[in-house]
Amino acid sequence: MTAARRVDVLVVGAGPAGLAAAARLALAGAGRVEVLEREARPGGVPRTCAHGGFGTWTRPLTGPGYARLLTEAAERAGATLRTGVTALDWAAAGPVLTVVGPGGPETVEARAVVLATGARERPRTARLVPGTRPAGVYTTGELQRAVHLFGQHIGTRAVVAGAEEVSYAAAGTLRAAGAEVVALVTEHPSAQAGPARAQAARLRHGIPLLTGTTVTELLGHGRLSGVRVRHRDGRTAVLACDTVVFTGDFVPDHELARRGGLAMDPGTRGPAVDGSAHTSRPGVFAAGNLLHAVEPAGTAAREGARAGRAVLDHLAGAPWPDPGVPVVVSEPLRWIAPNRVTPAARPGGHVLRTGVPLPHPVLYVRQDGRLLHRRRLGPGTAHPNRTLTLPAHWHDRVDPEGGEVRVSTD
Amino acid sequence: MTVTADGPLPSTPYDVAVVGAGVVGCAVARELARHPRLRIALVEAQDDVGQGTSKANTAILHTGFDATRGTLEARLVREGYQRLSAYAAETGIPVERVGALLVAWDEEQLAALPGLAAKAGRNGCHDTVLLGPGELYAREPHLGPGALGALHVPGESILCPWTTTLAYATQAVRAGTDLHLDTPVRAVERTADGHRLTTGRGILHARHLVNAAGLHADTLDRALGHEDFTVTPRRGQLLVYDKLARPLVRHILLPVPTALGKGVLVAPTVYGNVLLGPTAEDLHDRRATETTADGLAALRDQGRRILPALLDEEVTAVYAGLRAATEHEDYRITAHPGQAYVTVGGIRSTGLTASLAIAAHVTGLLAGTGLDPGPVRELEPVAMPNLGEAFPRPHQRPDLIAADPEYGTLVCHCERVSRGEIRDALAGPVPPRTLEGLRRRTRARAGRCQGFYCGAAVRDLFERGRSAAEPKGDRA
Ligand SMILES: Cc1cc2nc3c(=O)[nH]c(=O)nc-3n(C[C@H](O)[C@H](O)[C@H](O)COP(=O)(O)OP(=O)(O)OC[C@H]3O[C@@H](n4cnc5c(N)ncnc54)[C@H](O)[C@@H]3O)c2cc1C
Ligand SMILES: Cc1cc2nc3c(=O)[nH]c(=O)nc-3n(C[C@H](O)[C@H](O)[C@H](O)COP(=O)(O)OP(=O)(O)OC[C@H]3O[C@@H](n4cnc5c(N)ncnc54)[C@H](O)[C@@H]3O)c2cc1C
Repeated sequence: MTAARRVDVLVVGAGPAGLAAAARLALAGAGRVEVLEREARPGGVPRTCAHGGFGTWTRPLTGPGYARLLTEAAERAGATLRTGVTALDWAAAGPVLTVVGPGGPETVEARAVVLATGARERPRTARLVPGTRPAGVYTTGELQRAVHLFGQHIGTRAVVAGAEEVSYAAAGTLRAAGAEVVALVTEHPSAQAGPARAQAARLRHGIPLLTGTTVTELLGHGRLSGVRVRHRDGRTAVLACDTVVFTGDFVPDHELARRGGLAMDPGTRGPAVDGSAHTSRPGVFAAGNLLHAVEPAGTAAREGARAGRAVLDHLAGAPWPDPGVPVVVSEPLRWIAPNRVTPAARPGGHVLRTGVPLPHPVLYVRQDGRLLHRRRLGPGTAHPNRTLTLPAHWHDRVDPEGGEVRVSTD
Repeated sequence: MTVTADGPLPSTPYDVAVVGAGVVGCAVARELARHPRLRIALVEAQDDVGQGTSKANTAILHTGFDATRGTLEARLVREGYQRLSAYAAETGIPVERVGALLVAWDEEQLAALPGLAAKAGRNGCHDTVLLGPGELYAREPHLGPGALGALHVPGESILCPWTTTLAYATQAVRAGTDLHLDTPVRAVERTADGHRLTTGRGILHARHLVNAAGLHADTLDRALGHEDFTVTPRRGQLLVYDKLARPLVRHILLPVPTALGKGVLVAPTVYGNVLLGPTAEDLHDRRATETTADGLAALRDQGRRILPALLDEEVTAVYAGLRAATEHEDYRITAHPGQAYVTVGGIRSTGLTASLAIAAHVTGLLAGTGLDPGPVRELEPVAMPNLGEAFPRPHQRPDLIAADPEYGTLVCHCERVSRGEIRDALAGPVPPRTLEGLRRRTRARAGRCQGFYCGAAVRDLFERGRSAAEPKGDRA
């Protein structure tokens, strides 16, 4: 039979969000705080990012260094980390999960659950890229693990689909693995990474950037022999390569959230949450990239800590908030998080995304036609795949009995 | 037990060589292997069994309710359905009897349903039922609006095509069949006492020959002087949706065939995904297993009508298979007694279902070409690893994990594949030679992340497992 156990707080996922939540809770004396991590080691995605770009200005770290720091903090605070253990599904009701690991299946009952299951890149299939099914097709996530954790051979000539921060990370990893990067390919009119990074790739490493261009077909039987690309003006070309990396286009790892019947946000595809990480299922909180694929690790960690504070209130008997007023976006905006307004849970701010470049953008926040807030983002152009932020002080003006709040660019 | 993929081929003649290790060739080899006196070679051009059309289909175990009466195909599909249902239960091949609904979307299709029910009755399916829209939507609440009714065919089932082919091959190899992979047959000559096959790995002699070369069966047939048929590959592209889509559909949703052609189907898979497809495109290139933008767009348009919510889910696989269609509306299974040769051609869109019946039929025909099969015995049963969600997977079995914690250590998280299962597959009698082969045996890397999390770890286990299994000094 399946063993049943009780803990005070069960955190699913030992990435930055989960580890920060666990550290915060354990430090505050929330009782038994247990973190489940399905991988062999804690740390989440940063563990696989051998490059810098983590930590703070004053204390820059590599991904693995950052993962270690957060892991040690959680352990020092007294949280229990259980690796190699997967949360599979929910028991009938409440914050109760079924899990499995080398010790066998068990049911873990908690007073609160924090979901911090992260996000992944959409693979070739989900992007509906047609063609053959050859070897040599990667996402950045797989590429980084293959190179940094296993030292595997990748290929000789690679095309990178995407030109955002993570795409440049992929290009760096490819070069470190001895592959030539043939080109970065983006449908957008320019790179969506920091100008210094984009320029270094182009000028220092001679990697061409093909803008207004999409990968339309994979070629080759057995091993990839090339990708067909199409420019917006209709021209097509074949780039000979034995490797292609599909980067970015993140989607939350929301299986557990959906299995638990949590209300989902159609824009982010993560669970809908208010400003303090409450989901629609009492006792269940969510934090990190599960809520908004994808933000920097520091954002995920801050949200984890914030969720930790909300969990403490919950354990102390605070009532579960009503669903609240939904926050939605209009095209060309893609999503916004958090995406519920409840009176008691004002977030530090919102993050959102645009689907197209927006020169001199202005955001309008309205409820039932009433303007709650108007904000100029800038200076310059807001790019797709880059973080846009919106403060939350307008929450005071939201009518809790009113309709949805809509954020738009006009 | 012999599986080879390099080095010289044995020089002593085989009693029977079966060319092509698809589901049909493997079934034939397995059937022949019941005769312990026969020396059998199963000869395959690619690096694994079931790498041709047998890996890329819609994985339905057909009742044959809509088959054309009087054809060989109709008979073998019906018989194959019975045989494979029983065999699957015995070997652990996952099968789910979900039933099919032929959904009528217009008056013409609705009017065709009673005729289809009558045809089903003539084909031995007496349990079909006509459903009105009320009952149809009660059974399939996520069906798109506008359906007028349906014909329910309860016997239609879904199964795992990879496990099926592998089970046949495993049993044949265990019973003494030599499986030669990476061995394309390039030429055939008649000799005094049989056939001399020129392969990519040298010469192989066999007294009797079975041509189960799928899309290339006509080429091999011509090499032996026959102009009976020409294969025109009919491509079928398919989309596989995320497991989170599985609750959207309960039955196989089939189109009603009309004068305007056949639409596409939406069907659950035994792995807990949902399939949308296939297209039907007549081509000439027998390697054209690529998907196309137009094909996928057309499928999505049709899928949106049938099951609108499906389109919101993530796609976890896109693939295409080629049906070995010919100018004939039936299988082309022919004995050539003077040549000690049997052609198994034109096994178009039902070969998975019919495989065991085809095998029995072909063995009978071989006897007519002078083969004395000798005594027959029952084969050692095989227990195949379960890849189906309707039956307990290893990670769901406390007993198994208690005995071996490797079954509780998940490597591929989306598909919940444990280290124990990967280890077992690598140590199996017909081990995978590529990551794709490992995927078909375990589902590792087949899920929604397509390797984002597990790809490198699975590759590592694969490469270690392979080098451990490799005989030392065999490779340069
Ligand atoms: C290739 C790449 C490069 C990046 N580079 C940078 C960078 O340079 N700088 C930066 O700031 N950010 C970077 N990021 C983003 C950063 O890694 C993420 O923002 C951060 O990891 C998000 O943290 P998280 O805790 O939300 O999720 P994750 O780090 O994804 O952690 C989620 C964890 O949950 C576990 N899990 C999921 N489901 C289950 C389950 N059912 N049971 C048990 N465990 C489960 C997963 O195994 C995983 O370990 C990068 C991301 C990628 C993909
Ligand atoms: C889209 C689609 C959907 C389908 N749906 C279903 C379904 O739902 N149910 C069902 O029952 N059937 C279905 N089918 C049909 C079924 O998949 C086929 O009938 C069956 O797989 C045929 O098996 P086979 O062994 O004859 O051919 P294959 O699997 O193609 O095997 C032939 C083998 O011969 C090898 N070969 C060829 N030439 C040589 C040579 N010269 N030397 C050595 N080896 C050679 C090839 O490499 C190949 O492995 C479907 C088919 C398609 C395309």
